[in-house]
Amino acid sequence: MSATAIIFYGLSAFILGTGILAVTSVKIFRAAIWLLFSLMGIAGLYFWLDANFIAAVQIAVYVGGIVVLIIFSIFLTQQSGSGMPRPPWIRKAASLLAVLLGFALTYLLIDQYGFKAGNGKIDMNVARIGTLMLGIDKKGYALPFEVVSILLLSAMIGCIVIAMKAKPDEV
Amino acid sequence: MKEIPLSHIIFVSTALFFIGMYGLFTRRNLIAMLMAIELILNSVNINFVAFNKYLYPDRLDGVFFTIFIITIAAAEAAVAIAIIINLYRSHQSIDVEDTTQMKY
Repeated sequence: MSATAIIFYGLSAFILGTGILAVTSVKIFRAAIWLLFSLMGIAGLYFWLDANFIAAVQIAVYVGGIVVLIIFSIFLTQQSGSGMPRPPWIRKAASLLAVLLGFALTYLLIDQYGFKAGNGKIDMNVARIGTLMLGIDKKGYALPFEVVSILLLSAMIGCIVIAMKAKPDEV
Repeated sequence: MKEIPLSHIIFVSTALFFIGMYGLFTRRNLIAMLMAIELILNSVNINFVAFNKYLYPDRLDGVFFTIFIITIAAAEAAVAIAIIINLYRSHQSIDVEDTTQMKY
């Protein structure tokens, strides 16, 4: 087994282990920290796949943005040391059964399909991504880029409107 | 690099997807459910990058899908947390069992 394979299987075990802890941990703050480790592991997997730009975006947006936002909202809405109530065992068992059956079916389909790997080396440097992102020819992504920017603007305005405290005389 | 077959990477992302589904089924706290949704979105991103690298190395479509999904996930998390904080202000709780006024 070569070093590449060892790195891949180690990263995969790390991602899945911390992911399981993130959805089963009783204390919500610990769950958020486990989620942070899992997202870091996924960034490592992107580095392993040679997608350096995606890995950097993953660290900047998920680890630096979303997890910090989640931790802030945990601090704003509940006592960080207290645990959540445990789910009843019947719900746990039913969810576990559904998840295991779904996983078995999906992986069976994937395993039977037999993907044909393309040949050639992928070129994912940032200059190419940027040129394609703003390109207006047939392969360019200028229209989705603009649509996503409008979506971000509307999400920003929507957040401010939703989270704004109503003035006492307007209630 | 190509010594790892594509199906092993898809195994990781499928397992991560169903771990997120398990969290979504068992948790009743809105922030914990949001964390499970983030895991699901990340598993989809791994799929896109792996398919792009293994099956279509001459194009970058999967990378662009990943970038747009990350953007939309950030917007979604921000809106969800604004809603959760507003809900906490009116109900003093972010448990989904406590907020059933609109159910019937």
